[in-house]
Amino acid sequence: MSDLGSLPLTRPGQGRGLLDVLDRRFLLKLIVRKELRVRYRGSVLGMAWTYVKPAVQFFVHFFAMGVIMAQRETVPNFAVYLFSGIVVMNFFGEGFLNATRSILWNAPLINKIYLPRELFPVASLWVSAVHFFPQFLVLLVAALVTGWQPTVTEVAAGVLGFVIVALLALGLGLLFGAVNVFFRDAENLVELIVMVATWASPVLYPWVLVYDNLPRWLWTVYMANPLTAAVQLFHYAFWYGTTGRPELLANGNAPMAPDLWQWAALATTVALAFVVVGQLVFKRLEGRFAQEL
Amino acid sequence: MPTHVIEVTGVTKQFILRHQRSMKEYAVALLTRKAVPRDTFNALDDVSLRISEGESVALLGFNGSGKSTLLKLISGVMQPDGGTVRTRGRVAGLIEVGAGFHPDLTGRENVFLNGAILGMSEAQITERFDQIVAFSEIEKFIDTEVKFYSSGMFLRLAFAVAVHSDPEVFLIDEILAVGDEPFQKKCLDRIEALKSEGRTLVIVSHDLDLVSRICERGVLLDKGHMVADGPAPDVVARMRGE
Repeated sequence: MSDLGSLPLTRPGQGRGLLDVLDRRFLLKLIVRKELRVRYRGSVLGMAWTYVKPAVQFFVHFFAMGVIMAQRETVPNFAVYLFSGIVVMNFFGEGFLNATRSILWNAPLINKIYLPRELFPVASLWVSAVHFFPQFLVLLVAALVTGWQPTVTEVAAGVLGFVIVALLALGLGLLFGAVNVFFRDAENLVELIVMVATWASPVLYPWVLVYDNLPRWLWTVYMANPLTAAVQLFHYAFWYGTTGRPELLANGNAPMAPDLWQWAALATTVALAFVVVGQLVFKRLEGRFAQEL
Repeated sequence: MPTHVIEVTGVTKQFILRHQRSMKEYAVALLTRKAVPRDTFNALDDVSLRISEGESVALLGFNGSGKSTLLKLISGVMQPDGGTVRTRGRVAGLIEVGAGFHPDLTGRENVFLNGAILGMSEAQITERFDQIVAFSEIEKFIDTEVKFYSSGMFLRLAFAVAVHSDPEVFLIDEILAVGDEPFQKKCLDRIEALKSEGRTLVIVSHDLDLVSRICERGVLLDKGHMVADGPAPDVVARMRGE
């Protein structure tokens, strides 16, 4: 106890943000475990729901887009094409939405004990990653069964796609999670964004349709969306290899949009920028969390 | 010259009582050029306080005097609007025991979760786990989900974790009313033990007899102002108007 004098006087509640989360990894792990436990309390299927939901979603989209709208005929191996986009969007949607809600959900704790509050959005994102994993396994098996022989660049594209989505969801989650404390509208706005996001990236249709039907400037906007880049990286990683990697598809269209890696670099930069902005806004508003909740 | 562990300098805390909460209402207020009504009140007004290592201090005052707000500022849960709060070493708040408990987790899981929330490492919790369970006297139910606990069992386990969390400064808010009399006595013994180990205690409680017994120093707050600072029994007497 006598060594207390050697410690500096510090201002309580002024942490280093996301860096503090790294120091509290054990607590983070326990919070993630708690969230997973609580999510499936009293449910018979439990974690199996993470398979059931995307499976149903997949079949509905496959039937509607692939069979009825006949995308199946222009996009070879449409099932894998569709699913690789869906898993990206599910990860983004769930991570973003839950990170946004995480501060309100943990209000009793935030009100009473000082913790680096970034823990809660990070834990939510982690939970989404846990849910992403089984879906990803299904995708992986489907890709391998339909003839994918992984190359190093394709695997790297998959990893980069995941990192972009995780960073983007974290940045946006910090931003909207903090705002949500003051305006509960943020949550509804996020639901809207997630809904639009699925259609603002080539998840359910090939990129060519956008390229052919939109003016050039709008195409640039479309491609600048980090999620578009992430979805295309996933296409490149898990779908392109199953099609025999042709120069052109049977209908004369290129399978991948041009300049994939340049757009991916831009997407990484934008996602990182969102993390910085999200963290700054979060830090600014954090001091008033306890009195607003 | 004793080491200061808590240094509160000219602290002001204001609360805004805002009733409107949605963007629509803000937009309407903006368009009609009618300012969003703001009622503010000063929870704390220019409070300065220094607490040295090993002191045990009771924060006294009636409801709404700002005691709990001051405790929250010291723990870092809230930030002051004016002035500064600085602390030394690890400060743990027993602000409402069981805040980090989750009903769907077992007692064992909650001990780990709550211990980690209070800043303990995995190794520390593992090492003290048996002590914590023994202190709470609920060995038989430690692997039962907490939602099946009686409120007494719940509070005992929560308190047990808190008092074993080993910080340099303990902030205690109205928790001494835990459990039945034998357990209360045990809690008080534990607090006495912490005190004799030289730990700093800051206690908020309405049980004036109790705090004047545990604490040497009393600080009296009245509507956000500090009105007395002295030996606890004297301050309690003043508070009672004696």
